[in-house]
Amino acid sequence: MDIKAYIALSLTLFTIGIIGVLIRRNAIIVFMCIELMLNAVNLLLVAFSKMHSASVAAKASLTFASDAQIFVFFIMIVAAAEVSVGLAIIVMMYRNTHSIDVNFLNRLKN
Amino acid sequence: MPTAAKVFGGYWFLRYMDNVLQKIVWWIPLLPLIGFLLNGLRRNTLSKKVAGTIGSITVLGSFVLSLLLFFQVKAGHSFNVHSFDFINITSLKIGFDFKIDQLSSLFLLIITGIGFLIHVYSTSYMQEEPSKDFAKYFSYLNLFIFSMLLLVMGGNYVIMFIGWEGVGLCSYLLIGFWFKNHENNSAAKKAFIMNRIGDLAFLLAVFWLITKMGTVNYDEVFSPVNLAKLSVADITGITLLMFVGATGKSAQIPLYTWLPDAMAGPTPVSALIHAATMVTAGIYMIARSNILYTMAPATQVVVAIIGLATAVLAATIALKQNDIKKVLAYSTVSQLGYMFLGLGVGAYTGAVFHVMTHAFFKALLFLGAGSVIHAMGGEQDMRNMGGLKKYMNVTHLTFLIGCIAISGIPPFSGFFSKDEILAAAFAKNRVYWGIGVVTAAMTAFYMFRLYAMTFLGKFRGTHEQEHHLHESPAAITFPLIVLAILAFVGGWVGIPEVFMHSGHKLGEFLAPVFAQTNVYIEAHHLQNELSHNTEYILMGTSILLAIAGIYYAWNKYSKYQKADIASTGISKLLQDKWYVDEIYDAVIVRPLKSLAMFFNNVVEKKGIDGMVNGVGKAVSYGSRQLRWLQSGQVGAYVLLMVIGMLVLFIIQLFL
Amino acid sequence: MLGTYFTFPELLIWLPFVAGIICFFLGKKNAAKKVALVASFITLAVSVISLFYTNDKYASYNNVSYVWLKYIGNTFYVGLDGTGRLLTLLTAVAFPVIFVATYNTKQKTPASFFGLMLLTQAGLMGVFSALDALLFYFFWELALIPVYFLCSQWGGEKRIQTTFKFFVYTFAGSLLMLIGIIYVYLHTPGRTFEDGTFSAHSFALSSFLNAGLTASEQNWLFWLFFVAFAVKMPVFPFHTWQPDTYDQSPTSVTMVLSGIMVKMGLFGVIRWLVPVFPLATVHFSHVVMMLCIIGIIYASCIAMVQDNLKKLVAYSSIAHIGLMCAAIFAMNQLSVQGVMLQMFNHGINIIGLWIVIELIERKTGVKNISQLGGVAQKAPVLTIFLVIIALANIALPLTNAFVGEFLMFSGLYRFNAWYTFAAAISIILAAVYTLKMIQRVFYGNTNTVTEAMTDISINEKISLAVIVCLIFIMGIYPQPMIELTKEAVSNLVAMVK
Repeated sequence: MDIKAYIALSLTLFTIGIIGVLIRRNAIIVFMCIELMLNAVNLLLVAFSKMHSASVAAKASLTFASDAQIFVFFIMIVAAAEVSVGLAIIVMMYRNTHSIDVNFLNRLKN
Repeated sequence: MPTAAKVFGGYWFLRYMDNVLQKIVWWIPLLPLIGFLLNGLRRNTLSKKVAGTIGSITVLGSFVLSLLLFFQVKAGHSFNVHSFDFINITSLKIGFDFKIDQLSSLFLLIITGIGFLIHVYSTSYMQEEPSKDFAKYFSYLNLFIFSMLLLVMGGNYVIMFIGWEGVGLCSYLLIGFWFKNHENNSAAKKAFIMNRIGDLAFLLAVFWLITKMGTVNYDEVFSPVNLAKLSVADITGITLLMFVGATGKSAQIPLYTWLPDAMAGPTPVSALIHAATMVTAGIYMIARSNILYTMAPATQVVVAIIGLATAVLAATIALKQNDIKKVLAYSTVSQLGYMFLGLGVGAYTGAVFHVMTHAFFKALLFLGAGSVIHAMGGEQDMRNMGGLKKYMNVTHLTFLIGCIAISGIPPFSGFFSKDEILAAAFAKNRVYWGIGVVTAAMTAFYMFRLYAMTFLGKFRGTHEQEHHLHESPAAITFPLIVLAILAFVGGWVGIPEVFMHSGHKLGEFLAPVFAQTNVYIEAHHLQNELSHNTEYILMGTSILLAIAGIYYAWNKYSKYQKADIASTGISKLLQDKWYVDEIYDAVIVRPLKSLAMFFNNVVEKKGIDGMVNGVGKAVSYGSRQLRWLQSGQVGAYVLLMVIGMLVLFIIQLFL
Repeated sequence: MLGTYFTFPELLIWLPFVAGIICFFLGKKNAAKKVALVASFITLAVSVISLFYTNDKYASYNNVSYVWLKYIGNTFYVGLDGTGRLLTLLTAVAFPVIFVATYNTKQKTPASFFGLMLLTQAGLMGVFSALDALLFYFFWELALIPVYFLCSQWGGEKRIQTTFKFFVYTFAGSLLMLIGIIYVYLHTPGRTFEDGTFSAHSFALSSFLNAGLTASEQNWLFWLFFVAFAVKMPVFPFHTWQPDTYDQSPTSVTMVLSGIMVKMGLFGVIRWLVPVFPLATVHFSHVVMMLCIIGIIYASCIAMVQDNLKKLVAYSSIAHIGLMCAAIFAMNQLSVQGVMLQMFNHGINIIGLWIVIELIERKTGVKNISQLGGVAQKAPVLTIFLVIIALANIALPLTNAFVGEFLMFSGLYRFNAWYTFAAAISIILAAVYTLKMIQRVFYGNTNTVTEAMTDISINEKISLAVIVCLIFIMGIYPQPMIELTKEAVSNLVAMVK
């Protein structure tokens, strides 16, 4: 399959994520949009890895180059950690403000 | 040698004394210093009597030593004494040296002798001061004598400079002695600062010498080897700078204006410092450096012209002054001008001679004026005096002697010294003589104007003052009498050749000091001889003019009546001292002050500080503007992030 | 014991350092004051004793080197030469005098105040004896930082702004110097330590002297160092921190600042700048000298119109320091010898002036000339001391400053007559502002401010008497001081030739 399809898909997902972060005020949705962006990147990494591993491996005289796929796992772990911390923050925020509106957080400013 | 040998009864004793004197010579300045320390440190506990005695005795001690020294020197025993190294680095050695020769021993006698008389006089004159101030006064006077002795005894220019600044300091302290009054303080400050201008020039001359020769010792500086190192420009520059130094200390144009103001100090101080001794320091310096000046004819012309101009200017101002001390002050400036004229025309002996006679009669006149002021209860305006003749006999007579002496009537002392200078001036340039002799006539006029207004006619003061009039006590009249005798006979040590063969004892005595100059003059054929007839004519003219001045003054002022006519025209110009002070104020003082204000308010505060603070302000302003980026809106941050990423993409892809 | 366990420079550094640390832990009111006083006297004793061991055979008493950061070629290397001995002596004399004179001044939290003062002294001693560039920089900052706290905690109303300005100025200068030090360091030859460790470069002064810098490198490095030193001295136009700082600091700190810390700048020039960059020194001598001379006249002029006593003294100090800096760059024996004497003398005189001003301010609560008057009637002893010190400050003969200024001007004249003429104007201007100050403050009649003034007490008399004695001794018989520094002067002059 052509790499362009993967790129288009992940670009779309990423853009949805960004727009979601920018225009939504609900913290959970913002959060999900961030996850969406991360996964868009993951998708892209896996796709590139699959398409280009052969040529990279040949250059480095290896049988198989798995760098990018290891990277994906790494990002997934980070994302999982982020979810746990982030959700905890949102819960705490809800307890304190009874709202999950992100713009509420600008009160920290003062 | 024979005369001195007779005095001390034998050659061996003389040799012995010579050794001893070399060892004890440093006691001469040390004694007044001890007096200063005693009086200064114990001023709160000493009684007036003790303080006055300490002050006088120490100076008397110095006088006795100076007298012994004088006879030694007269016998031909000049010597240098090295006490310790003042500054000794490889390229420059300055010792704390004393040079005892004819010139310095003569000055020693004048300083300690007149100094002693004035100390005695002061014990009575300053009696009304509280005892603390009394002791302070004597300690200052002793410090002055110490500094003055250093000045003349110093064996190099640096020691001379130490004394030079020291006398300036004492002059400052004594002018401002009554420091509660700010006018006195301002006069003191003015004296110090004007002197400092001169001192600066002197210092620069010393630096110049050091740079060219690497030494400041008289003997080394005047040695032919070292003199050969100086180019004409060097020697002219050095001598000119030294002369500027002399104009400061000896009150010549352009730095003379401090001296009349210095009359704010106690009168004995005016007599000692501002008439007899300190102000002659400039003459001493030039006489000491005579060979340098002889080798710099251009400087000599400047010296002569400045001296003459000062003599005339000061004499004209003296014509119209009404303060008794101001007249004497301007007269001092004028007489100092004469001495510089003498130096300028190469009559070094004449100038030193005039220093001596002037010291006698001017100290006498000032002390006499002090006696009058004392009797008048502090009044100094001559318009309120008159007819004091019958109240103050001794003061009157001695004052009259002083007036005749300064007017140049033979056989009083002033005649001999003044005529020697005038004769030398005539030989150099007739114009010098012409102006000089007219000034002499003016001198005679204003001195007798002073005399007539003070002692003749009717008393014009208040009744209270009239009641108070009295002859001064012995401590005041004794110095007057001694000085009057000296003012009368003082000139006889220098009888000119035309009257008496080898009558100029002083000239013979001082000859070794000026020997180098004479050799130089003969080698370069610079001597000017006058025929005896010419000399007679010159003397006759000056005597006639002086008598004319006296006659005119006597006529005009012996029956002086107080009149409140505001003077106009030239008379006002003279009364207001040619507005020199005002001109200085406008030309130097005020611009300097505005410049300082400009530096302080504009350059410092707005310029440099503004720039430094400006940097700080710019940073804090910039930060305040940037702060708005941190809005606290998560969305805004994300938007910025996205925009940033897009920009990076665009740069990456298209640029 | 000396030479084996301790050397003079170590004692001079560690004594105040340890005493300072102890002071921090003395909460009680007078304990810290007493410890500081005693420590400063012991330091003075050590410093005086060290004057008798100047001979080369006592080298082991005067120099010591410990390995410190050997992998970068740095050692704890301190030693005393003529210049160092002179300035450590000044530091050692100044602190007891300051402590005695200000014994009656109340400080809040004396423990930290005196602790910081002693740390400053330790830093200053280190600066004057360090023979290793990194160590020098370390002590340079060690001396600076306590002063920063002293000014900001115990200063006057505007202390925060003032201290900030002071700190930024000096710190900027220090950083420039650090850059310079690192650059020179990277050009120094390598060095092998006794245990065989090799470092590619070295911070030792001797290695800096052999860094083999080209003329053009020296030319820009010169300014990095010079600016740091010029700020400290201060030389026009880097001086504007000084009047404000002197005005706002507590007076005992001002005494340290003006009496000793400004000498750090001069010392830096003598010890580091000139020897390490001899070519640039010659190349820029005219530029520096012009700056100095402009500064001399400029500061003297401003001093003439100052109403604030403290600022007047500050500007007069700028003029004096400018002259010293110019004299260093004249680079001949006379001028440099003059600088050596004058560094010491200026320190003594200006501390004396500050003591008097502090007394006036403490007794009347006023420091403006226009508000004072007639002090001489109320405090005659104070007046006598002030007049002597003020006259010494304007270099009257037989006072200490005359000898220094005389030599400096002679040397300057040898370098260039016109500069001397210009700089010498300050002799007159100094007389103008000094006499004006004396007249306005001390003479005349008393007013409401000075009416209730009292004369000085015994401890103040003692410290002022010490200063006056030093003024006269150094003014009448300066030869011992000349002998002390003669060799250092010859070495320095030889480096440039």
